[in-house]
Amino acid sequence: MTRLLSGPPPMAGYEPLDEHQARLGFLPAGGEWLLDELARSGLRGRGGAGFPTWRKWAAVAQSGNHDAVVVINASEGEPLSQKDRTLLAFRPHLILDGAALAAETVGATEIVLYLARSPLTAERTIKEALRERALARPAGSRIRVVRTPHRYIAGESSAVVSRVAGGSARPTFSLHRSAARGVGNRPTLVQNAETFAHVAMIARYGSDWFRQLGTDFSPGSTLLTLCGDVRRPGVYEVDLAARLGSVLAAAGGMHSPSGGALLGGYFGTWLAAVALDDLPLDAERLRSAHSASLGCGVVAVLPQGACGIAEATRILQYLAAESAGQCGPCVYGLAALSGAMARVVDSEAEPADVDRVRRWMEMVRGRGACHHPDGAVGQLSSALATFSDHLDVHLAGQRCEGRNVIGLPAPPVPGKRWR
Amino acid sequence: MAVSENPSRRVVVNPILCTGYGYCAEIVPELITLDDWGFPIVNSRPIEHERMVQLARRAVATCPRLALLLVDADPNP
Repeated sequence: MTRLLSGPPPMAGYEPLDEHQARLGFLPAGGEWLLDELARSGLRGRGGAGFPTWRKWAAVAQSGNHDAVVVINASEGEPLSQKDRTLLAFRPHLILDGAALAAETVGATEIVLYLARSPLTAERTIKEALRERALARPAGSRIRVVRTPHRYIAGESSAVVSRVAGGSARPTFSLHRSAARGVGNRPTLVQNAETFAHVAMIARYGSDWFRQLGTDFSPGSTLLTLCGDVRRPGVYEVDLAARLGSVLAAAGGMHSPSGGALLGGYFGTWLAAVALDDLPLDAERLRSAHSASLGCGVVAVLPQGACGIAEATRILQYLAAESAGQCGPCVYGLAALSGAMARVVDSEAEPADVDRVRRWMEMVRGRGACHHPDGAVGQLSSALATFSDHLDVHLAGQRCEGRNVIGLPAPPVPGKRWR
Repeated sequence: MAVSENPSRRVVVNPILCTGYGYCAEIVPELITLDDWGFPIVNSRPIEHERMVQLARRAVATCPRLALLLVDADPNP
C-alpha cells in the first residue's frame, strides 16, 4: 500500500517533473472547490498537531485579501523523524503541487519553502525541482527558499513566521493566530510538507478515494519513521486503519521482544511493550485509550533491557538545552527537571526529588509562549507512568543494569544559533 | 476608546517579556501566584468583580517589563 511513495523506488532517486506528471496525471487548479473536497476528505495536518487541514486553509482564505503567504514547513526539527526530508528528496513535486494548490485556494502571492540547514537536506534535488517548475510554468507562483538553523523548535508556527520574515527562528508571543497575522502581518498558512503531498493526491483523485484507506476519524495513509530496535528502520507509508503490530512486521519486526516504544517523537508518549502489537493508529482511539498521538509520525522502539527512565531523561535534557531561552518557566523548569531526573537515573535521588519532579511537571505545563515545555513534560510524565516499576528500582538506590544497554539513537548536540 | 459598562476581562502574561519581578503577585495574589523560580502563574479565567479588575489594571500598569495584559475575555479571533 503506497500513495505518496508509489512510483519508482527510492534508489531511482528524484522523480523529475515530466515523469511525475505523466505518472499521476492532470493537476486541477485550486479554488473553493478544493476547500470542500479537503473538508470531505477529513485530512489532518501531518506535522504533529493534527489540525483539520481545510479549517486552517479556510481561516487564511477568510483573513486575506489575496496577499497571503503559504509556507511549506519542511524544517523537521524532530531528531527521530526523517519523513519530510525523504519525501522532499524523492517526490519534491508532490509537495510543490500541494503548495501551488494552497496558494491558488487561499489567495497567496508567495510560497516559501522552509528548510533546515542540515547535511541531510537534499539540496541539489530541491534546486533542480524548483528550476524545472519555473521553466514549466513561468507565470506560476514564485517559490522562495528560507533556511533555518536545525533547532528542535524552529518548526513551531510562530517561529516559522518569525524566521520567514527575516528574524530568528524562535517562537513569538501573540494574541493573534498566524492564519490571520503572520509574515509581515499578512495571513500565513504554515503547513507541514507531507500534508501538502496528501493535498496534491486528493485534488487529483478526490476525497472518496482518499477515504478508501484509514478510519473515519483518521482517513488516508501517513508516513511513519520507524527507528530504534526494528530490523529495517526507515520511512514507511502506512494505512491509518492498521495496527502498529503489522507496521512493525513490515519493517522486519524487532531484534528482541521490545522494552516499550516512544510514539510521536520527543514530544510524544511512551507506551509499554504489551500495548504495541494491538495499538491502533487512529488518532481518536490513540488519544482515548492511551493519551497518545502519532505526532509527527515517529515510532521509536526501545530494545528490551534498555532503561526507559534514562532514555526519557536524555530526551528531556536535550529539550531543556533546545529551549529558545525566552520564557522563565521553560528555562528554569526544564533545567530543574533535568537535574532532578539525572539524580533519579543515577539512583541517587531521594523520594523528595520525585515529588518535586511531579510538582514541577504540573507547574511548567502551559506556561511558555509555545508548547515546548508542555511537550517536554508530557514525554517525561508518560515515561514515569509507563516505566513506574523500573522507576522504583532507581528510587530504591539499586544500580540499573539497563543503563549500559544501547537504547534509542542518542539526541543530537543542541544547536547554538537561531538565524 | 470607549470603555463598555461591564467588559469581561482576563489577565494574560507574555512569558517572553516577563523576567519575574513578581510585583503582579504582590498586587493581585487572588489572580497571580509565583512559581518556584519567581515567575507568575496567572489565572486567566474571566474576572468577575470590578474591584478585582481594578487591581489587575494596577498590576498591569506596575509591571516594569510591560509583560502583563488585560484583554477581553472573549476576543474576536
